[in-house]
Amino acid sequence: MSALLKVGDAHVAYGKVEAVRSVSLEVADNEIVTIIGANGAGKTTLLNAIMGILPLKGFAAFAGADMASLDIEDRVAAGLSLVPEHRELFGTMNVEDNLQLGAFRIPKAIAAKSFERVYTLFPRLKERRKQLAGTLSGGEQQMLAMGRALMGAPKLLMLDEPSLGLAPIIVADIFRTIGELRAAGVSVLLVEQNAQAALKIADRAYVMELGEFVLNGPASDIATNARVAASYLGFTHEGESAI
Amino acid sequence: MNTTIMLFLLQDGITNGAIYALLGLALVLVFAVTRVILIPQGEFVTYGALSYAMLATGQVPGTARLAVAMGVVAFGLDLYAARRALRLKPVSRSAALNIVLPAAILALTYALAGPKTPIAVNIVLSLLIVAVIGLFLYRIAFQPLAHTSVLVLLIASVGCHLALQGLGLVFFGAEGLRGPALSNAAVTLGPLRFTGQSLAVYGLTIAFIVGLWLFFGFTLMGKALRATAVNRLGARLVGIRTTLSGQIAFLLASVIGAISGILIVPITTLYYDTGFLIGLKGFIAAIIGGLVSYPLTAVAALVVGCVEAFSSFYASNFKEVIVFTLIIPVLLLRSLAAPAVEEEKD
Amino acid sequence: MSQRMPLLIFTAIMAAIPFIPGVPPFWIVLLDNIGLAALVAMGLVLLTGVGGLTSFGQAAFCGFGAYTTAVLTTAYGVSPWLTLPLSLLVSGIAAVLLGIVTVRLSGHYLPLGTIAWGIGLFYLFSKLEFLGRNDGISGIPPLSIGGLRMLDPGTIYYVIWIAVLISALLTMNLLDSRTGRAIRALRRGHVAGEAFGVQTPRAKLLVFIYAAVLAGLSGWLYAHFQRAANPTPFGAQAGIEYLFIAVVGGAGYVWGAVLGAGIVVILKEVLQSYLPYIFGGQSQLETIVFGILLVVLLQLAPTGVWPWLMSRLPFKPARKIPDTSLELPARERATSTTSVLLHVEKARKQFGGVIAVNDVSFDVQAREIVALIGPNGAGKSTTFNLITGVLTSTSGAISVLGNKVDNAPPQEVVKLGVSRTFQHVKLVPDMTVLENVAIGAHLRGHAGAISSMFRLDRADEARLLAEAARQIERVGLGEQIDQLAGSLSLGQQRIVEIARALCVDPLLLLLDEPAAGLRHMEKQRLAALLRQLRDSGMSVLLVEHDMGFVMDLADRIVVLDFGTKIAEGTPGAIKTNPDVIKAYLGATA
Repeated sequence: MSALLKVGDAHVAYGKVEAVRSVSLEVADNEIVTIIGANGAGKTTLLNAIMGILPLKGFAAFAGADMASLDIEDRVAAGLSLVPEHRELFGTMNVEDNLQLGAFRIPKAIAAKSFERVYTLFPRLKERRKQLAGTLSGGEQQMLAMGRALMGAPKLLMLDEPSLGLAPIIVADIFRTIGELRAAGVSVLLVEQNAQAALKIADRAYVMELGEFVLNGPASDIATNARVAASYLGFTHEGESAI
Repeated sequence: MNTTIMLFLLQDGITNGAIYALLGLALVLVFAVTRVILIPQGEFVTYGALSYAMLATGQVPGTARLAVAMGVVAFGLDLYAARRALRLKPVSRSAALNIVLPAAILALTYALAGPKTPIAVNIVLSLLIVAVIGLFLYRIAFQPLAHTSVLVLLIASVGCHLALQGLGLVFFGAEGLRGPALSNAAVTLGPLRFTGQSLAVYGLTIAFIVGLWLFFGFTLMGKALRATAVNRLGARLVGIRTTLSGQIAFLLASVIGAISGILIVPITTLYYDTGFLIGLKGFIAAIIGGLVSYPLTAVAALVVGCVEAFSSFYASNFKEVIVFTLIIPVLLLRSLAAPAVEEEKD
Repeated sequence: MSQRMPLLIFTAIMAAIPFIPGVPPFWIVLLDNIGLAALVAMGLVLLTGVGGLTSFGQAAFCGFGAYTTAVLTTAYGVSPWLTLPLSLLVSGIAAVLLGIVTVRLSGHYLPLGTIAWGIGLFYLFSKLEFLGRNDGISGIPPLSIGGLRMLDPGTIYYVIWIAVLISALLTMNLLDSRTGRAIRALRRGHVAGEAFGVQTPRAKLLVFIYAAVLAGLSGWLYAHFQRAANPTPFGAQAGIEYLFIAVVGGAGYVWGAVLGAGIVVILKEVLQSYLPYIFGGQSQLETIVFGILLVVLLQLAPTGVWPWLMSRLPFKPARKIPDTSLELPARERATSTTSVLLHVEKARKQFGGVIAVNDVSFDVQAREIVALIGPNGAGKSTTFNLITGVLTSTSGAISVLGNKVDNAPPQEVVKLGVSRTFQHVKLVPDMTVLENVAIGAHLRGHAGAISSMFRLDRADEARLLAEAARQIERVGLGEQIDQLAGSLSLGQQRIVEIARALCVDPLLLLLDEPAAGLRHMEKQRLAALLRQLRDSGMSVLLVEHDMGFVMDLADRIVVLDFGTKIAEGTPGAIKTNPDVIKAYLGATA
């Protein structure tokens, strides 16, 4: 198994507080990996550090190359992409411009193909392509954020809480699309609080608590782990089981 | 009131207003992209104007040497920033931009400067010099501060203004200078006489406004600049280098500043510290435009120019007081129209 | 007492300096200048560093102070001591006039506006006949006490530094009080403070006037120190320098102003006296170097020198432990004419062409938990904002206990017993949990700015803090009480917001996504707390996406979609409602 992303003994500090401690993680080609855990466990911090937004102490390599000296823009060019928790769209620009900028580092000819691919994955975006990003509904914004990231033809897409604040019915839609990405040759590193949904589509999972990985393994094993069931899955409910 | 006087004042006001509009646009641009409130915009004006005026007398202006010195510092900063992983390609690119470019401009200036150099060449040389100064100013002073608050950037901006203005005195002396007019043609229309110079002012202002509109609306780089202004993190996440956006914004601002200077130095005598006041008036226009609206800024600049022209005629003593207190009713209107809900961003 | 020690030592040293044999008189002049600058910078610390209002125009207020005494003492022969209150008054009135116009502005408008009127006022000073135009006014009499005429820098030194020390004490007292918390909350936006009754425009105006009066005091001292006044020291350049001093020292710290003044005044002096030797007489060199140093310093220490220095000192400030035995009297309840606690009748909100809330009606009864659910953008938070007065409704009626609240400001709504939390946490990250929560009790305290400055507010203050501590215990964050709010996890910050809302002593609690970011166990604890609140007589209206949490907790559910109410009923009914399944829950319920 060739590791696309390899992180070893990573520490990330937020000011004086060490939010991530000695974390090791791998994502292979064509794999969906999820990190589950409560808010404040350090999941977002870890993703941001892998992306280069926060400084990471330890080892991080992408596609076989050490990332220590690369900044965010270099990592984007290398094929790593993050859809952040707050989506960070260009609110006063329209959907099409947002997508076009997603292909900022990509030659024009390839960008045209990317447009096609994104519009096929998210037909809603095509309908709304002249609408300002800031006026889209929450679900559409999440689609646009994912679409913008996919425009750059990434090898690995990191998704930070894609279901946050969305109606259960939209969440189901988003997760279905994430599943489709693997078929399109994109690996996914998914951070989710909605552990149930995440474990359903992931191949492997890591469980994060207070900045450390306490458990990892195939997603199906994690889903049946008693400890995980008690603290993250809780009682199953009709409202959530829609996924 | 005499109609001829009124028309004359109006013409004067519109000419000045056009310059303020250019400066106001540059300020809006730089603020939107980098969050820097560019107080040294005025120095770009004086540097452009006085470099041009000195070149016209056949001398090499000190600004050309300043560009080289700033380039060396910028190169040093680049080396320091990349100290952990020095790779040949970025280092040689940095050397080309920061060392070779200003050195070439300096050499070119020495080679071409002379009492008989054509005006066009002098203009190009002055623009080149100020353009690289703008570029390096961003690299040296603002790029390392890019993550700080608007307030810190503003104070750094004031620091740059002080340093550049002081250097202006060293380069150009305390005496004012005037430059040769771009053209001596003139058109007479009724009681009004339009000089080639004032027509150039109008033409260039309109050309710049249209050009900026096309650039931001239709080019990928223009959109990338807007994206940086809207959401810096979002821009970085799609691979837009905010430093590149910042450099382009400063480059545009310094060129616009220098052009404004070259346009007015044949009309009025400029001193090393005149730019500050001119820049501030562009500023007032930019504030009226809310630091976001280009068209509103342009209109406001014309109003500022006209108010200035009329008040210098009727109450010359209080001209500056009137121009600068013009802002208060505007602020009052803005505060009445202030949105009830604050944006969810800290 | 230990907190007073450093201050006493500092006072003793400052008092002793002029008596040290061999101190050059020139040093005393420098110290005088440092004190004068520190006064202005101290105002800026409060205004800019704490309140978040940046002003480049403070030098103009010095001008008001200086020119007032200059004119009155020279042209009318008024005694300098009599002009002191007048100087402060004139600066204060100028601040009121300019402040009314400018303090409402947010972000960068304010600093830009202040540059503009700073320059405008400078030109006004230099053009007005009765202020002596550019030459200014000279021959201002010195201060005198009895027969002692303070002609030399060594005697006025004491007046200046007594003013600095008193101002510093008063400023620190003000910051550590009910009003101080309101001021410290300003920087994070006005919505949170207003939801708990803070009159933000008034608080902003207060700091603006306070800073201007300090600047006026500095100007008054300056006039009697120099015995002359001309426009130059009151121009834009000086205004910029004062702000620089505050930032160099550390814009959020009272002593940073004094430290910053020391650094900048001495640095300028050194540059002015030594640079010509090094570079040979070129004028303006010190400006160049000063400008460059400024940029370098900001790059190396953007938060200023004082916090850098403090973090290297071994001692930490003492913990404040509130005495929870003190009782805060319950809030006065509005008289009730109905059992319906909250009544929303055809509430409507339009933003331009977009209808965010479309004729929505629902009630909340006493002792009831009602949930508002729906996709993002369905109008839930907008409905909250209409109820709490943050937004004004386009049409419709909202009443609390039969009292109409339509379009009352948030400060009035909270008085009816409606308190809230926010979807995006609005705490002041550099204030402790205790201080943040105490803002919730703002309306239940009464001490004003003046009584806080003179420490007459202690009994009132102790009761507020006791109440805050009790509510923090109640939500289970007693361990974190003196941590900075910004250091807590987002989930805990949401709980802090609940404690803050409880400090209002509310009848109705509005919670915007309280469970977001909590893990399963914590959610259960939150649900238990909310049930307990209901059983003790409170009602809760909450927005929440976690359906498990909502279905288990709520007595009734209101479902919004695209601004319209599509269903209302018990959790059981909602779960099987076909419209809700289609729009929100999804197919397989």
